[in-house]
Parts: sequence; C-alpha cells; structure tokens
Amino acid sequence: MASRGAFDEIWGHGGPGNPRPEFAALSEWVADTPSAELQRRQQSAEAAFRQLGITFAVYGDSEAAERIIPFDIVPRVFLQQEWSRLCEGLVQRTQAINAFLEDIYGERRILKEGLIPPELIYRNDQFRPEVAGIRPPHGVWAHICGIDLVRTGPDQFFVLEDNARTPSGVSYMLENREAMLRLCPELFRDFRVAPVDSYPDMLLETMRSVAPGDNPHPVCVVLTPGHFNSAYYEHSFLADSMGIELVEAADLVVDDDIVWVQTIAGRVKVDVIYRRIDDDFLDPLAFRPESLLGVPGLIAAYRAGNVALINAPGNGIADDKAIYSYMPEIVKFYSGGEAKLPNVETFRCREPQALKYVLDHLDQLVVKLVDGSGGYGMLVGPTATKAQIAEFRAALIAEPHRYIAQPTLALSTVPTMSEAGLAPRHVDFRPFVLTGSDGVRVVPGGLTRVALREGSLVVNSSQGGGTKDSFVLLEDGAGPSQSQRQGS
Amino acid sequence: MLMLSRTAAALYWLGRYVERADFIARLVEATVRLDALSARPAGEAAWQSALAVTYTDEAFAATGQSYTQSHVARFLTLDAGHPGSIIRCLDMARNNARAVRTALTREAWTAINRAWLLFQNRASTGGATATLNLVEQIKGETRGFEGSIHRMMRNEATWLIQLGAAIERADNTARLVDVKYHLLLPEGEAVGGVVDRDQWTTILQTVSAVTAYRWLYSEGLQPANVIDLLISRFELPRSLAACVEETVQLLSHLARRTGLQGEADRMARARMARMQKTRTSEVIVSGLHEYLEAFVRENAMLDAAIARQFRFI
Amino acid sequence: MRIAIDHRTRYRFTEPQARIVQMLRLTPCDTRDQTAVSWMISVDCDARMRDAVDGFGNAVTMLYAEGPIAAIDISVTGEVLTVDSGGVVHGSSEPLPPMLYLRTTPRTTLGDGLPAFAAESIAGARDSLERLHRLNAALHARFPCLPDAPDTGLTAAEAFESGRATSRDAAQMFIAAARGLEMPARYVSGYRIDGGAQSAPHAWAEAYVEGLGWVGFDPVTGLSPDQGYVRVAVGLDAHGAASIAGTRIGAGDEKLDVALRVSEE
Repeated sequence: MASRGAFDEIWGHGGPGNPRPEFAALSEWVADTPSAELQRRQQSAEAAFRQLGITFAVYGDSEAAERIIPFDIVPRVFLQQEWSRLCEGLVQRTQAINAFLEDIYGERRILKEGLIPPELIYRNDQFRPEVAGIRPPHGVWAHICGIDLVRTGPDQFFVLEDNARTPSGVSYMLENREAMLRLCPELFRDFRVAPVDSYPDMLLETMRSVAPGDNPHPVCVVLTPGHFNSAYYEHSFLADSMGIELVEAADLVVDDDIVWVQTIAGRVKVDVIYRRIDDDFLDPLAFRPESLLGVPGLIAAYRAGNVALINAPGNGIADDKAIYSYMPEIVKFYSGGEAKLPNVETFRCREPQALKYVLDHLDQLVVKLVDGSGGYGMLVGPTATKAQIAEFRAALIAEPHRYIAQPTLALSTVPTMSEAGLAPRHVDFRPFVLTGSDGVRVVPGGLTRVALREGSLVVNSSQGGGTKDSFVLLEDGAGPSQSQRQGS
Repeated sequence: MLMLSRTAAALYWLGRYVERADFIARLVEATVRLDALSARPAGEAAWQSALAVTYTDEAFAATGQSYTQSHVARFLTLDAGHPGSIIRCLDMARNNARAVRTALTREAWTAINRAWLLFQNRASTGGATATLNLVEQIKGETRGFEGSIHRMMRNEATWLIQLGAAIERADNTARLVDVKYHLLLPEGEAVGGVVDRDQWTTILQTVSAVTAYRWLYSEGLQPANVIDLLISRFELPRSLAACVEETVQLLSHLARRTGLQGEADRMARARMARMQKTRTSEVIVSGLHEYLEAFVRENAMLDAAIARQFRFI
Repeated sequence: MRIAIDHRTRYRFTEPQARIVQMLRLTPCDTRDQTAVSWMISVDCDARMRDAVDGFGNAVTMLYAEGPIAAIDISVTGEVLTVDSGGVVHGSSEPLPPMLYLRTTPRTTLGDGLPAFAAESIAGARDSLERLHRLNAALHARFPCLPDAPDTGLTAAEAFESGRATSRDAAQMFIAAARGLEMPARYVSGYRIDGGAQSAPHAWAEAYVEGLGWVGFDPVTGLSPDQGYVRVAVGLDAHGAASIAGTRIGAGDEKLDVALRVSEE
C-alpha cells in the first residue's frame, strides 16, 4: 500500500524495466544475477554473521534472546553528487548539535533568545544538571553522531532522528561491506565504491584528537557493560579494529581525579574513554547510586578535565524527540543559515492546536513518545487497528507533552530479496559523523535499514527490519562497466 | 599498553582449570584401572583416596552414596553440584576463556569448547569401559589445548595460562603423593615393605610417568624411587621440581615483559633454591607428609602472591 | 550568630577495604547570610582530596583512599557567622534556574496520599508564599519528628504512608508537594543549633518565590530557618545533596557512627 507510488532509489518510479538512468548498470546486475544465486549469497552472509556472533538481544523476547539481523544482498547506492550534498547537511547539523550542547550546558544563549521553551530543557530528564558547567576537553560533545535519514524522492532527504548519545550499528556497516566484498566481488569491479574500512582509524584519530593535555600518545579505551550486553559484539569489534583495550568498569579506578586502568604492571593513566554505557550507569557517585556498572569518581575526573568521555554525558538533551522539532531553529541559530537537511514535519502535541490536529488525524499520522526508542511506544496511524488508535488517543489526551506526531512519509524503497523474488522495500539510513578537535568527518557509507515486510515502514531490527550495505560511488553514473561498453 | 589485570586473571585461571580437569581425568582413569581391571580390585579404598586427592571427600560423603566406581566416577566427572568435578572445571575454564576470547587463538578456544561440549546432555558415565572412553576424550581435548598454547605467540597470554597450569600441577602432584603414600604405607610401616605393584603403578599412571620411571630407575618398582621421581626429578614434567622450575621461568618471562619483579618472583626463586637441595631420602626420613603439607601451603601462598603482583581483580 | 560545628563521621568495616572513593558535600558556601570563618575537613588515613564545584553550585570534595582500610574517620570542624534573613536566601551561587527544581526524582514522587494532603493544607491561601508556609505548618503538625538518622533511601511517598518523619523525610515531602503544586523546591542539607548531640546533619527545604527568591522552610519546626541554621548543600532530593556519597571496593559490611555537635560560640 505505502509502497505504491513510493520513489525507488534504483528503479525510480518506472519499475524494474525502466531504472533511473544513473542506475542502469546496477539494475542490470540485479536483473542478470539469478534469484537463486542472490539467495545463496545472502544465506552465506547470514551464516558468517552467526558464526562471528554478530547478534543482538531482543528485549521482551526470551525465546529468541539472541538473533542476527537479517541481511539483504542488494546494496543501496548513493551517487557521488547526492552524497556530497548529504554530507554538507550532515556536517552542518552535527556542528549545530555540538554548538547547542556547548551552549545548553554553558551560557544558554538560545534560551535567553527565547527560541526554545526553557521547560523543554530544564524539566527534561535528558538535561543533566550533574554535568552542567563542565566543558569537555576541546569543547567536543557529540564525537559520534548517527543522523537517521529518510528519503522521499531524488533530492528529498529528511532527518528523522538525531542520535548523539551512543549511536550503535557501525559494526553492521563494516561487516556488511566485508560480506559484499566476499560475495559480490563483481560489483566492486564494475563500480567505484568508496571504502568504509577506514572507519576504525578515523574513530581512533577522533578519540586521540580530543585527549586532554598535550600527551602525544594518549591512552584510549572502549568501555563496555560486559559480554551480556546486546551490543557486546560491536564493542569488542571496535576495540579490536582500533587496536585498543576493551575495558569493563572494574578495570578502571579513579584516584586524585585521574582515571587509571589496572594492568599487570600497575596502573596506566587513561586519557580518552569511548564509553558504551548509558549516562545513568557511568558513575554511581554522580548518577544512579545503585549502579554496579559504573566507575566511582569518573564524573569528577571528567569535571577536572582529566579525561575525555565519548560521547559527553548529558548529550541526550540534543537528540530528545521534544527538542528535535526545534532543530531547524537550532541549526539556524548556530550556523547562521537555513538547515540544509530539513526535518520531517512534526506536531508538538504539547501545543493545544497541534494536539487538536493530531487527534483529528490519528489514522494518517505516526505518533511517537518523546522518550521512546527502537520503535516502541509508537503508533503508525495508517496501519494501526481501531483499538490501537483509541489507546493512543487516550494516552495523548492524558499526557500530551509526552508525544509528537509526524505525517506518514512515502519512504523511498530499494529492491530487496523477498519470498517472491526482488521487490521494493522501504529503507532508512544512518550515516556516522565523527567530530574531533580537528574537524568533522563523515565516513562514506552507513547503515541502511530495510523494512522486510511488504509495505511496512518500521525498519527497527527489533521489529522485523534488516540491513543492507550502503555504497557511495566515487564517480557518478558511469562506473567502469559503462566505460567498458563505450570502449567495446 | 600492557595486559589488563582482569584479562591476566582470566588467563591464569583458564590454565588452572584446564589442568585440574585433566588431572581429575587421569586420576579417574588410573583408579578405574586399579579397581576394575587389576587382578586384585582395590575397591572402596581406591575411590576414597581419589576423593581425598581432589579435596572432594567431604562433599561426596554429604551425598550419602556408597564408594563404588559408578558413584565416585560420576561424582568426579559429571556432577555439576560441586566445584571439584570435571564438568565444573571445564565450565569455569570456558567462562574464563570466553571473557578473554580475543587473547586466545581460534584453536585454543575450540579445544576448550569441544571439551565442554563432551559433557553437555550427558547423564551417566556408564561402565568401566565407557568411563575410560570419556576420560580418554577429555585428555585428548586438554592435550589439544596444551598443544595450541604451545603454538600461540610467546607472550604474556601464553605465559599466564602456563603459569596457572604449573601452580595447579604442583598442587595436584603433591596431593596425589601425600594421599597415596599415606594410604599405602600407614604410619609405623617402613618404606620398602610389601610393594603393592598395582597401587604404585596407579600413581605413575596418574602423572604419566610409567615410561619415565623405567628410564630413570633400573631396579624395578620401589616406593622410594617413585617418590623421588615425583618430588625431585626435574626431568619429569609433573614432578614438584619441574613445576617449581617452570613457575620461576614463566614469572621471569613475565617480569621481563612488565619490567617489574615482585613478591611472587622472590617466593618462587627461594622455593626453587630449596628444591635443588632437597634429597628425597632425607624427606622420607624426616616426614614426607609434613613436607608435602608444607609444600601445598607454600604453593597456595605463591598463588596469592601472583594474584597480588599482577593485580587480579 | 557565631556557630561552631564539630561533625565526625566514622565508617568501620568488618573486612578491610581495597579502595574508597567518596564525594563529600561538607563545605558551606558563603552567602550574604552566612560566612565561614574557619572550615576544615580532615581524614585519619592517607587520602587524596580534590575540591570542585558541582552542577548545583555546591562545594564538593572528592576523597580517594587506598586500602587496606579497616576504618575511616572524616571530621569537619569550623565556625560560621550567620545573620537572620527571615528565611530568605541572599547571594547564593545559582548556576541553575528555579525551573529545574520542578523536576521529580525517584525519591520525591508524590504517591497517593500526599497530593490531597497538600491541596487541603493550602486551601484559601492568597499567594504562593502563604501556600508554602501553610504546607510547612501542616507537615509540622501532621508528622511527629524522628531524630535525624543515616539515610535509608525512603521516598517522600513512603514517608507519608509511615506517618513519621526525620528532617530528611519531611523535607522530601515538602519538596514533592510543592513541585506537585508547580512551585520549584529543593532539598537542603546543613546544620542547625539544637542543643545536645545529633546523629546526622539536618535537612530542610527551599522553595522559589517570585520576587523574593529562594526561601527556606523547615517542616521540623514548622518555621523558616533562622540564624541558627548553616546551609551546606542543595539538590533535587536527599540523594543529590547527601553529605557523604561513597563507594568502596571490598567485602564485608560497614558500620556508620556520626557524632555531631552544633553550638553557639
């Protein structure tokens, strides 16, 4: 239903027989490779992921506690010019997020200007008074941003959500590419695909660039909650590929406002921590006292400027859904120009007029909890049952400030393997943007999530979504296959 | 950066638990042979001593079972209800291995995992032959693990696993000699009395020393020689002397890497100096049991010193 | 008034501890109503101490001690000059706006009984200052005061159900009720002249009144603090303003003894 009329990134609006001109070669590859062969390759990739243990835990699903995320063999492709434009928008948005965090935890100019209602900040649990007044080393807050994008047409990209806390999924980007290189080498011969395997190096450079002081060899570590965490594979994968230690809280001690890691030859001072532990559990002295995962004194060391935490604690205020609707104003305020990447139109249910509109159009809108994530606490109006709509209506009336609503977008599709062969399936996209003291870097690729069920718009892995490799072409249209044809 | 203390602790304990599993397997094997296959079955006493060697006599007594092969062999291999069984040792070994998965080679991990899998969904050991088959398989996997460790890079990870194994082995051999000697030569009886060939062969089998004995001693099976071999012959890998020497070597490899020497190095070297001067005949005269008890105690102190020195958490 | 404070906290452990990290909020900040003439924190074992100011504007001392530690004594001695300000706080450092103190925390959720009690107590009041005074008086009248004791983690709702309250519980109930009425309120820990020996620092509440600023309310007396009070730390609840927040690495239990004497010089 929703896929009818949606823009397909390879086939355009014309269907398999009539692809977008720049994608003719790719469309040919898709058409020429037998379906059974694509199936075989896809299964081989999934088998490899299972062996590597690239699994994720589904909350509230005890039977299939560990699953792999389904992988689709048909890549999603960005043309060079599309990518360059996207990058400009991503860099602008990430810089604005960093400037916003610096301001909110510092001078709060944006509130003095009256651009955001102050209660959205101060009464929001994501604003952390415990870290107010702290400026992180080199003034970088959101070192790793995952900006979730959706697309509705050739040039129509929208930001669906910002992730400025600890965005995950980068291991899928890298493992999906590994699988594609192994299983579809011909694609890389025929197309000049920008490599993504420099991501760990870029991340390590970013980490080193924000080390406090002028130590030329800062000690960087990845902090994991442990091997029971659903993203443990990604934590160990990243530590291994950067060649740095994967530590648990018990390996770290804080003494004299300095963080140390315990090794067999004694303590070593730690300069930069890429922490994959939520704020609440970082330091029992600063946040939740009952947390056993945390490092007592870590926030004191951070406040003293002796350690860089990646990402900075308190960042949740920047990717909060209630703040999201103000992002165009935020980008404009800090960058001085219009946002190059627009938001999806958003109704703030806390505003009475918006609430009235939302209640009148529940069957057409997507309603989200401002503090929900992973597709939980969400109503997709067009596919919802009457009972679900009634339930959300009641919830909205009771606590309107907890919700926002957005129109259902005709998300773009990409050809995807289905039981009935190749078919268009809706996708979204999470590129990863790194910010160090030496500038912003965007890795040329990202995580494409695909809703595997026909017509579904929910791409979350916990709700039947899969992933695809995302190609960024180094030169547009052509690719060697075309030049070969020209030469013959 | 040097290895994390937590990683070091996991590797050390991995070494200890694999060695312990291997030792229990050998002990069960030798006891089955002694009890079921020899001309004069040793019966209850043999199984009671096997429990004493592995510090599990009290735990077994608490089960109220009789001291038969089927009960004790099952207790020492498959019973997950107490920490002294092979299944529990392998479980602990595997947990430690999993926590430091990236410090191990695939081969080493697979050996541990395969040994662990041998025990999954297995309820009984079966008769004597089936028990011997099972322990043979375990020995095969632990041998495979040892081999894979030898093929790993010569670095801290390897040394820590081997250090754990050496400390564990020293404890096992000392316990074995102490319990068996006590059993075979009750107080007041002089060394060199009636020689129970089967019993002494059991001891040698448990530490894979039957051939070594023949090489080193020409005069046939003599208790004093067996004790000499197990205590002070550096040539035998499972002798106390060999374990003591290996511990010193491994600690000095680690010291070279960390640039630090500590309490554990000093204790281990002092222990070796004493060992080099030890004469088995004097030990037997002045009290073997007291000597071994003191050795086991010192070994435990060294274990604690290692934990302090490398800051195991 | 010149107030002398002698506050000793002793932790004894059943087994020696490998490490101790504590966050001490034990230093009063100067305002126009109070000035520390002398102030000293001392510890009876080798420890490193680092001073900082936290996000709420409190003076915080981080204490790091290496084991083995069987016991640790933290003693605070000092003298503070105070003036009576009619309960209004003047010249305090306020890095955060009053609106922040409308947040609820797990310790200050309202529960079932408290909202109705609060609504009833303020009925007929003409302005917010009067509402707050009535709420304070009502809490004072309803809850017989227990002596101050170490924090057991009780929430405002639980304290309301229990029918009795330490100064900590009473302050949290005041805060929860005030916030429920959309009035910013916060927890204050500090000292109060009380004659005799005390077993824990005192706690009360402050609420923000437009035009006046932060005003103190002590449900234990039913009145606003006078010159017999020394403010030390503020927070969203008892946990956020705790005098000593600590973690230790080591087995066994701990036993806490507090000897506190607050007297007029």
